[in-house]
Amino acid sequence: MFIGLRKAARAAAVAALCGSVMSVPAMAKDVELTMYYPISVGGPLTKVIDDMVGEFQKENPGVKVNAIYAGNYDDTRIKALAALKSGQAAQLSVLFSIDAYELMEQDAILPFDDVVETDEDKAWLASFYPGLMENGVIDGKTWGIPFQRSTIVMYYNKDAFREVGLDPERPPQNWDEMVEMGKKLTKPDGSRWGVMIPSTGYAYWMFGALAKQNGEVLMSRDGKQVYYSNPGVVEALQFWRDLAVTHKVMPQGTIEWGTLRQNFLEGKTAMMWHSTGNLTAVKNDASFDFGVAMLPGNKEPGSPTGGGNFYIFKNTTPEERKAAMQLIKFMTAPERAAKWSIETGYMGVSPASYETEALKAYVKEFPPAAVARDQLQFATAELSTYETGRVRKLLDDAIQAVLTGSKQPKAALEEAQAQADRLLRSYR
Amino acid sequence: MNASERFFRAVETTGAWLLALLWIAPLLYAFWAAFHPSEYAVRFVLTAPLTLDNFVRAWDFAPFARYFLNTFILVTSILAAQLVLCTLAAYAFARFEFPGREIAFLLVLVQLMIVPEILIVENYGTMARLGLVDSILGIGLPYMASAFAIFLLRQTFKTIPRELEEAARIEGCGRLGVLWRVYVPLSKPTYVAFGLVSVSHHWNNFLWPLIITNSVETRPLTVGLAIFGAPESGVDWSMISAGTLMAVAPLLLAFLIFQRQFVQSFMHAGLK
Amino acid sequence: MTSSRLNQVYGWLLLLPAAVLLVAFTHYPTIRTLVDSTFSKSTATRPARFVGLDNYAMLLDDPVFWQVAVNNLIFALGTIPASIGLALVMALWVNGKLAGRGFLRLAYFTPTILPMVAVANIWLFFYTPGIGLIDQVLGLFGLPGRNWLGDSATVLPSLIVMTVWKEAGFFMIFYLAALQAIPPELKEAAMLEGAGRFTYLRRVLLPLLMPTTLFVLVNAVLNSFKLVDHLFILTKGGPNNASSLLLYYIYENAFSFFDTPYAATLTAVLLAVLALLAAGQFLILDKRVHYR
Repeated sequence: MFIGLRKAARAAAVAALCGSVMSVPAMAKDVELTMYYPISVGGPLTKVIDDMVGEFQKENPGVKVNAIYAGNYDDTRIKALAALKSGQAAQLSVLFSIDAYELMEQDAILPFDDVVETDEDKAWLASFYPGLMENGVIDGKTWGIPFQRSTIVMYYNKDAFREVGLDPERPPQNWDEMVEMGKKLTKPDGSRWGVMIPSTGYAYWMFGALAKQNGEVLMSRDGKQVYYSNPGVVEALQFWRDLAVTHKVMPQGTIEWGTLRQNFLEGKTAMMWHSTGNLTAVKNDASFDFGVAMLPGNKEPGSPTGGGNFYIFKNTTPEERKAAMQLIKFMTAPERAAKWSIETGYMGVSPASYETEALKAYVKEFPPAAVARDQLQFATAELSTYETGRVRKLLDDAIQAVLTGSKQPKAALEEAQAQADRLLRSYR
Repeated sequence: MNASERFFRAVETTGAWLLALLWIAPLLYAFWAAFHPSEYAVRFVLTAPLTLDNFVRAWDFAPFARYFLNTFILVTSILAAQLVLCTLAAYAFARFEFPGREIAFLLVLVQLMIVPEILIVENYGTMARLGLVDSILGIGLPYMASAFAIFLLRQTFKTIPRELEEAARIEGCGRLGVLWRVYVPLSKPTYVAFGLVSVSHHWNNFLWPLIITNSVETRPLTVGLAIFGAPESGVDWSMISAGTLMAVAPLLLAFLIFQRQFVQSFMHAGLK
Repeated sequence: MTSSRLNQVYGWLLLLPAAVLLVAFTHYPTIRTLVDSTFSKSTATRPARFVGLDNYAMLLDDPVFWQVAVNNLIFALGTIPASIGLALVMALWVNGKLAGRGFLRLAYFTPTILPMVAVANIWLFFYTPGIGLIDQVLGLFGLPGRNWLGDSATVLPSLIVMTVWKEAGFFMIFYLAALQAIPPELKEAAMLEGAGRFTYLRRVLLPLLMPTTLFVLVNAVLNSFKLVDHLFILTKGGPNNASSLLLYYIYENAFSFFDTPYAATLTAVLLAVLALLAAGQFLILDKRVHYR
């Protein structure tokens, strides 16, 4: 590893010593917090975070917060862990909700159960949507607090629906309808496709939705087993491939996550599956009438949850932990969650946030803002296991291999399953 | 010139110009997208209105001023260190007899092949042990002893007649005095050439800075630009183009103004 | 101390600062790479232990490694001859008497001073299906668009084209320098003897440019292994690793999967390739000198 273990332990001991010595003269109780956070959707999100952090500092003059935008989810995890390993300060971060196992294995994070003290705090832990806690609760302990959370929703172009004689208020409810409508919406000259599901960046996430709709989940709750080669999962991948090859309502090959929004806004696809976190950006830029719907189901409706959780790092002083908790509570409080949801499209993380005046009014004026929340009842956890980076990449690769036509669904998924089993064997 | 020659010349001229247009097409597009509202980023309508809004948005979106400062500190500190360290080393190789010189020179040349990019994994570990992760010094350190510079300067120093050195000696110059009074001034073109190559290389360098920096305070422009324009965050070409143009503007302007110098320098650096 | 002795000390002292840095960031990590490649991955719960050549066995079993290796080979074969050939053509044009050669030289050279990550975003626009520039242009001629970066068959060629674009102008400079050093009388003499332009190019120019070609070749080969910046923006190595290159795979293993030993193993392979190239270069250079 980057630093020898013994050396790391020594460094930690020295740091702890210095920390305790140095905290004595610093009686003013000034605490400095560094947190990394990711962004994976469009829009000026750094500004929103900076504003919220600014507000927090105004209310809590003793705490200084450095919020560092570090790129996408992977970049941010890499940067946060790298900072910790090289002995730099970071007390908390917003990281991928599915990084929990990796962070636990690296012994980087602390369960919130160890930090909460009062009954009020415990009640706060229970105040979030249970569906959003799934990825963060492991072995009965809470490791992550939901913050920028999403589900996948379907954006559709109502003008295009009208144009081909479809009811713009009735988006497809199931796979068959999606194919049917997609065929009507697809123009033969390739200038408009029926539907696009992105398959770069977060292919496994989109696939989690298809699998769930087909009645399957991708992994066990303890993160030690994946179900890539289950028949229902294979079927789901076959369907994804069929959208392009058999039904011809989606372009062949992989579809880029990042440029898909642009494609939708340019009218190149009538429907797109994307994170609800993109909602405000789409709303601001769409030059046509668009709608947002829950994903169509097959055996059942469904989508994985997604997005980022707050984590507190282990290598912190009690004062820092306390300040970090203050910050996390502030950022996830109903009013802030409501503001965050309005400015981005991400979900309000607690039922209470949807009860705030601001979000109530917003949902009334712009009903799509509630779709992700309404879908939560059908949601499942996002793919997250031990060795999560590799295990996830195996699935991503299998999906892309099938979508580009270089492998058959069954063979690709069985291969991925076998390799994932090999990686996970030592954890069982 | 006969007819067939004239024909060939016309074909060649056309070909050369087409290729040139192709070659600057990305830059032309960046100008188009940056100076027009984002609705026109993917649509080429001649009547599209002009705007500076994208530059304002990009400037507000990411701390470009800080990135500029970081890059500036980075390239100047690398260049300064390279000039000093490599001049001394090249002088040693060119004008001193010492045991192990040939082997040492070969070991220096190893870096021409095994460039720092290849060794990111271990160098990251070293930087972590030195506590230099996320520092500008950490970005620059692996590049400061440049085999290329040592090689280039050694070749240049070797062409300088020894008589000049002896004359300076007689006038009472020490060894370093000779280096400073004779070798350095006479090698000015090589220094300029290497300087330009080094600055443009490190202005544009990406992989190692990406790995070794964590925060806004150290990120150079390239890394900032990559995070700023990461496709995951939903590609907004107008703003990205504006950001890109801002990032390349200093180098591009310098290049346009001093283009003869640039080209000559690159040629000079390559000839040795 | 005698003066020659003093000179020796002086020589080493002058060399010392640069030598320390070179050893610390080139030689030491090279050796350390080999050492690290014989240890297992360490986590908080399981410390690293010596595993001999296990990592190399894993590498041979790793289909992604083989794919990445093949990709890198294709990438090298695609970029090197094309960029060198184009560079030569550009240099000949710019060195000739074509109209506007100042502009031409400027245009060809521009990609060299633009950062790869920045232009990658612009190329992303070119390659984006449907709304991208290439598809728009194809559309003008009534041709169907393609999913350039989303199709395993076209993704690597697309990246090769972009890399050639980035590199050719840089290599052109070296040819230009060499061409300007060739006395014009040579051409006149050749023409007088009745040699056509192509004969002159093939029999006179190309042999004279041989040292430059070699220099450029080494640079191009090196670039094909160290240039991965564009992958971070354009494809992240996808789809299904179809565009991943060795150095990018090293990065992924080291910094995404935190598997330093495996990354070290891959680095060792890359070092071996470079060592072979260096050896090959020596042999070719030797031959050439002999030939003279």
